[in-house]
Amino acid sequence: MSGMKNREPVLELTNITKTYQVKQGMFSKPKPLQALGGVSLRIHKKDVLGLVGESGCGKSTLAKILLGLERPTSGEVLVDGKEIGPSDRQLLARRIQPIFQDPYSSLNPRKSIEEIVSLPLVVHNIGDSASRSQAVTKMLDLVGLPERVRRGYPGQLSGGQRQRVAIARALVINPEIVICDEPTSALDVSIQSQILNLLADLREELGLTYLFISHNLAVVEHLATRVAVMYLGRIVEESSAADLFAGPKHPYTRALLDSVLTPDPSLSVPDIHLGATFPNPISPPSGCHFHPRCPIATDLCASKAPPHIQAGASHVDCHFYKKSADGLSLQPV
Amino acid sequence: MNDPILNVKNLTVDIPVSGGTLHAVRGIDFELNRGETLCIVGESGSGKSLTSLAVMGLLGKRLQVRADKMEFEGRDLGSMPQRQMQALRGDRMAMIFQEPMTSLNPAYTIGDQLCEALRLHRKVSKAEAMARAADLLGKVGITAAESRLRQFPHQLSGGLRQRVMIAMSLMCEPDLIIADEPTTALDVTIQAQILRLLADLKREMNMALILVTHDLGVVARIADKVAVMYAGEIVESGSAKEIFDAPSHPYTRGLLNCIPVPGKTKPGEPLGSIPGIVPSLIGDVSGCAFRSRCNQAIEACASTVPERSAGGEHKYRCIHTQLTSEVA
Repeated sequence: MSGMKNREPVLELTNITKTYQVKQGMFSKPKPLQALGGVSLRIHKKDVLGLVGESGCGKSTLAKILLGLERPTSGEVLVDGKEIGPSDRQLLARRIQPIFQDPYSSLNPRKSIEEIVSLPLVVHNIGDSASRSQAVTKMLDLVGLPERVRRGYPGQLSGGQRQRVAIARALVINPEIVICDEPTSALDVSIQSQILNLLADLREELGLTYLFISHNLAVVEHLATRVAVMYLGRIVEESSAADLFAGPKHPYTRALLDSVLTPDPSLSVPDIHLGATFPNPISPPSGCHFHPRCPIATDLCASKAPPHIQAGASHVDCHFYKKSADGLSLQPV
Repeated sequence: MNDPILNVKNLTVDIPVSGGTLHAVRGIDFELNRGETLCIVGESGSGKSLTSLAVMGLLGKRLQVRADKMEFEGRDLGSMPQRQMQALRGDRMAMIFQEPMTSLNPAYTIGDQLCEALRLHRKVSKAEAMARAADLLGKVGITAAESRLRQFPHQLSGGLRQRVMIAMSLMCEPDLIIADEPTTALDVTIQAQILRLLADLKREMNMALILVTHDLGVVARIADKVAVMYAGEIVESGSAKEIFDAPSHPYTRGLLNCIPVPGKTKPGEPLGSIPGIVPSLIGDVSGCAFRSRCNQAIEACASTVPERSAGGEHKYRCIHTQLTSEVA
């Protein structure tokens, strides 16, 4: 952990904002919806950054920006310290590849597995047909699919096998960073563990860096080295996975961890006082965005945006924390 | 009082397909008392949803549903005419479906949809029905219930829609609620609240609840009884404590090893897995359906597998009486 500061991040986001213009009625003027409100993240080589948060918090918008599918309204995406502009979309795609949630809709049903896996090579004009064919063989072997599936079609494969195909397609052009957007949530429990094991092995073997987006905190705890918690377009807490799960700081992080249902029959369903209503992102609450749902909110939280407190490799955005005397850890006020 | 509210013996569901007959549910037994929660766990294709739909009488005519006994409050559901079944459904037994996004009608207001079942089964005025709907929305934790009644489904978030679904199932104060993956499409924070709500309402109204899910965390926290289904059979059943403290079927053990448990599984260590895939259930199926994926399988697994008792209500279907401790 201590060596982390010396390493250069492979991927750095500085103050990314993304605002959409949303029309709510046929005749109403479009209103701004801030999907991302200043997100800064650094991902180091071989890290697995778990990104957690409820639906609508901006996780997927962030993933789209990283993949070059959306342009940020402001802020910079740096890969290896170099800024990636809108014209470098190809460059971005060479280094960052996605694995999506639903392997039933993310694979073209009319293309053979070989065509699907080799498509990135074709798009990026890499190699000739012989070398592409070789690359497919290597990839299928790497993700644990039998050679015979290469002539098959997605419809002939099970969910787990399809997700393996999606992984092979993502890895065939040797990216450094893989964005895994809920890669196992559409799969059965017994298949889910196989895919998680595969992702962990591939990271070791190929030195990959993952941005792992998930709402399953047990899975994030298992796989991630660092965790960032998002709420309404902002990262409210970021820390090493060990620290975050051992001592969650932000009240929202605590609520998220409390709602994890571990298979322990002696416990009942936890009582979390969060309220069901996720705030409307078009008119976010004043002050700290989380204050209407926060069990410890005060008047200050409703009026003033929380400070961004960075200490060592952790940060939290909350009025209730300050830096410790040595400046390396966070303490409750 | 001790008569079970739902008593199912040897339920089978066969689906005619082009290559023969698909035996989707193969002779399952369970019973449920008032105030109890039964969780049916299994992976996709295990027949857990078909089982719940069969009890509700919601399977199409093409599917052959047979049972030695399928009694609800002492009345046989299997031989019941459609009309009587319709009178029962939505009144004495209600269902909550998985997708709150698709199971509400987008063209009608929340209020209209809530009132429909009540006005179908009881002689009440629209105003009375609306009052009850508002009352129940409040009960499931929806604020400003009166104004919600005039809203359409698209104006509500997923968590709220699922609450509306729960309120809808409660309109006639049913004796049995079947919830098929009620929280799978929801965020974890909302999931905990919805499950708590279901558990509280069940206790308050002394209902029986069947929860169909693949999430073992949910099962552990909410179930009184658990039935683990694999390939159309209940391979293990018992109380939640028995199943989680002493899982006896290799499949149950395998499943429990597959999920990362905070504090128990070490981060970064490989998770357990179950190799292979669910076998085809088309044509004759004999022996233990799990044997092709089981590391304890022996030749005798291909013949009929006995049901064994592990003490009390805890039963499992396996050729082995004692499994070696390190399984899957």
